[in-house]
Amino acid sequence: MALDSKTDTKPQHFKVIGTRPLRPDGIDKVTGRARFGADMSAPGMLVGLVLRSPHPHARIRSIDTSAAEALTGVHAVVTRADFGPLRDEGTADVLDNCMAGDKALYDGHAVAAVAATSGKVARQALKLIKVDYQPLPHVTDVDAAMAPDAPALHEGRADETVPAGMSANVMARHEFGHGDIDVGLAQADRVLERTYQTEATHQGYIEPHACLATMNSDGQADLWCCTQGHYMVRNTCAAILGLEQGQLRVTASEIGGGFGGKTTVFLEPVALKLSQKSGRPVKMVMSRAEVLRATGPTASSSIDVRIGMTRDGRITAGFAELRYQGGAYPGSPVDMGSMSAFAPYDLENVRTVGFDVVTNRPKQAAYRAPGAPMAAFAVESAIDELARGFGLDPLEVRLKNAAREGTRASYGPTYPAIGLEATLRTAKDHPHWSAPLGPNQGRGVACGFWFNFGGDTCVSLNITPDGTVTLSEGNPDIGGSRASMSMMAAEELGIPYDRVRTVIADTGSLGQNEVTDGSRVTFAVGLATIEAARAAKREMCKRAAQVWGIDEDAVIWEDGAARPAGPNAGQHPPMSLAEIAAIASNTGGPIAGHFEVNAEGAGVSFATHMVDTEVDPDTGAVKILRYTVFQDAGKAVHPSYVEGQFQGGAVQGIGWALNEAYIYGEDGILQNPGFLDYRIPVASDLPMIDTVILEIPNPGHPYGVRGVGETSIVPPLAAVANSVSDAAGVRMTSLPMSPPKLLAAIQSGTS
Amino acid sequence: MVKVQIFGSLKAATDDKSEVEIDASTLRELLDGLADRYPGIRPQLDRGVSVAIDGRIYNDSWFTPIKDDSEVVLLARLKGG
Repeated sequence: MALDSKTDTKPQHFKVIGTRPLRPDGIDKVTGRARFGADMSAPGMLVGLVLRSPHPHARIRSIDTSAAEALTGVHAVVTRADFGPLRDEGTADVLDNCMAGDKALYDGHAVAAVAATSGKVARQALKLIKVDYQPLPHVTDVDAAMAPDAPALHEGRADETVPAGMSANVMARHEFGHGDIDVGLAQADRVLERTYQTEATHQGYIEPHACLATMNSDGQADLWCCTQGHYMVRNTCAAILGLEQGQLRVTASEIGGGFGGKTTVFLEPVALKLSQKSGRPVKMVMSRAEVLRATGPTASSSIDVRIGMTRDGRITAGFAELRYQGGAYPGSPVDMGSMSAFAPYDLENVRTVGFDVVTNRPKQAAYRAPGAPMAAFAVESAIDELARGFGLDPLEVRLKNAAREGTRASYGPTYPAIGLEATLRTAKDHPHWSAPLGPNQGRGVACGFWFNFGGDTCVSLNITPDGTVTLSEGNPDIGGSRASMSMMAAEELGIPYDRVRTVIADTGSLGQNEVTDGSRVTFAVGLATIEAARAAKREMCKRAAQVWGIDEDAVIWEDGAARPAGPNAGQHPPMSLAEIAAIASNTGGPIAGHFEVNAEGAGVSFATHMVDTEVDPDTGAVKILRYTVFQDAGKAVHPSYVEGQFQGGAVQGIGWALNEAYIYGEDGILQNPGFLDYRIPVASDLPMIDTVILEIPNPGHPYGVRGVGETSIVPPLAAVANSVSDAAGVRMTSLPMSPPKLLAAIQSGTS
Repeated sequence: MVKVQIFGSLKAATDDKSEVEIDASTLRELLDGLADRYPGIRPQLDRGVSVAIDGRIYNDSWFTPIKDDSEVVLLARLKGG
């Protein structure tokens, strides 16, 4: 459902929207009172642990659990044999990733699990499980996996789009674009061809996966877990375990980061099965090594780009072949990368071809704007190199080619009003762009695009007898949504922000809610919140009309009170929300508003990032000197949270660009499963990330809101690479630009 | 009749046409019409698609109206993080 007919995109004057109230979860989080995934306990609770494959690829000939089961204190042991077959291929892959079937497909793949009275007993039991593995050849690199003679992970899984003769590891081929590439390239003064590589990176959320499962013999089950979507957890676990969805109640804990990585299940079906077998509650908590080895990092990529440009900076054609490995199962985000690669530009001739490839690595999971940052790294690097080669201003070149309202997007549709040009012009006018640079310093810019979406959403808003408001929504709050929803409800009802409290309801309390992903929550849940508040206002107007003895159509809601619509309605003093709430029992009963919607029609979003770096020519170390994000937010509900999203995306992109990488040895084993060796940026690595919020209203939302959570990670890989290349005097085409890699490039004069 | 733009990897199922015409006034009629007329597209429809209608992207709402002169573009199913 798009809400065009219900919206008003004229400039609006807000009282609450756009202010910066204190976050409602702040005190609990800084004092340690907030309850995360591992913070829940239950009487008689057992500890669940997982046995993981030490091989990157191996046939599982047999698993002998008898000794573990005989150990005192062990109440249940689970292997794949405890789960039934599944018809849906996608759900079957999720189960296979949670518990291996006849093959272990990557280092760290779960092969068995135990539930015992203590962690010590559980660890002893894991050692007693005998797995007979037949090691198989493995492959972890995307290009190697596409070779015709590469070890095959699966047989017969390629879909109908894959041309005959390709490696069995190629699962799908995607193609987008329009025009004629050859004609466009022939019009260019220079055609640049480059190959770019990015490594797999992890979302790096601080809180490891954790859950507490209770499954009774009567088929009722409860699950507490840290997740971005407890309805998704419910539906997936119910399918895997053969439960009725209504019998499984899932409650989302506070969440210590997700960034897309908590949009699927890993431990939850296993914990439920252990609880079912043992008849006891089972708690499972991953170690950091398990998080890195066996949850979902993003895809690694290898991308060929061919772009033609005239000497005045007009792009005549753009082509990219994108190859993403998404771990051991189909579904890398190469389709999203292929659609978004050239999305910021108005191109007559554009084509992208993407290949989804499997390797012996953990099944990838979503990571903010999945698939787009790698594609943007390749395209934005090539555009930058062409612009600089012609001696042109890289921002001017982007402005010259920028997509605008009416541009046919590289992935097909014609854009409505969009904000890319505004971000570029604002960047060009910003003092950062003209600030002087010192020796060994460079400046880079890059643009980024993301789709955003909405999806199924339920909100229930209740007016309490004392005139305060409680709002129930079904999306875990990973970016400040409780504050944003309270603000939108307060704005609509005309009451102060602190009169509204928003809670995240469990799956038994609201209808289906899509996962907190796709930058959807402030857009979709906000839209539902506004409509729920409007429903409550209509009811309150009706109650006031009853009291006044006039027609309900003669009552309006204004400034937090019901008022007569005009002089013909009679002279009645306004009735405030609190006054109406106080007599609700006398006028018909409790007052509430609710709204359920599949919120379609979310607006796309663009950003431009600018970054200064300094390169140490003796060590290859890179220092981020200054960073500014320019992004369209439609309307910033709580500007501090919007800035936080911009800053977080930039910082994660900086880590991806400079340090982060899954490093596999020749043996196919992950070499760096810990935060000491997998280096994410910390505060001391970074300057303050400056932000400029632009507000080009989204006509699909009553207040003009666009999602902002994902676009901000799209430009930084390229922006940092362009800056480092400028500073080092050598074009970097492979990420991460770690000191050894950069130093080698400086010394050899080529990436 | 609605003109539907098909992305490149599906053209094998539409006789190499990048634009096809379907008699449809809603998203559901459009998807059913595509599957009936071009059965080769059905596997992709089963895996999921998104559809851009006049610049807005829709996933599931069957009864989203489509006008004869609407711009309709079939897309890979959107994912998010």
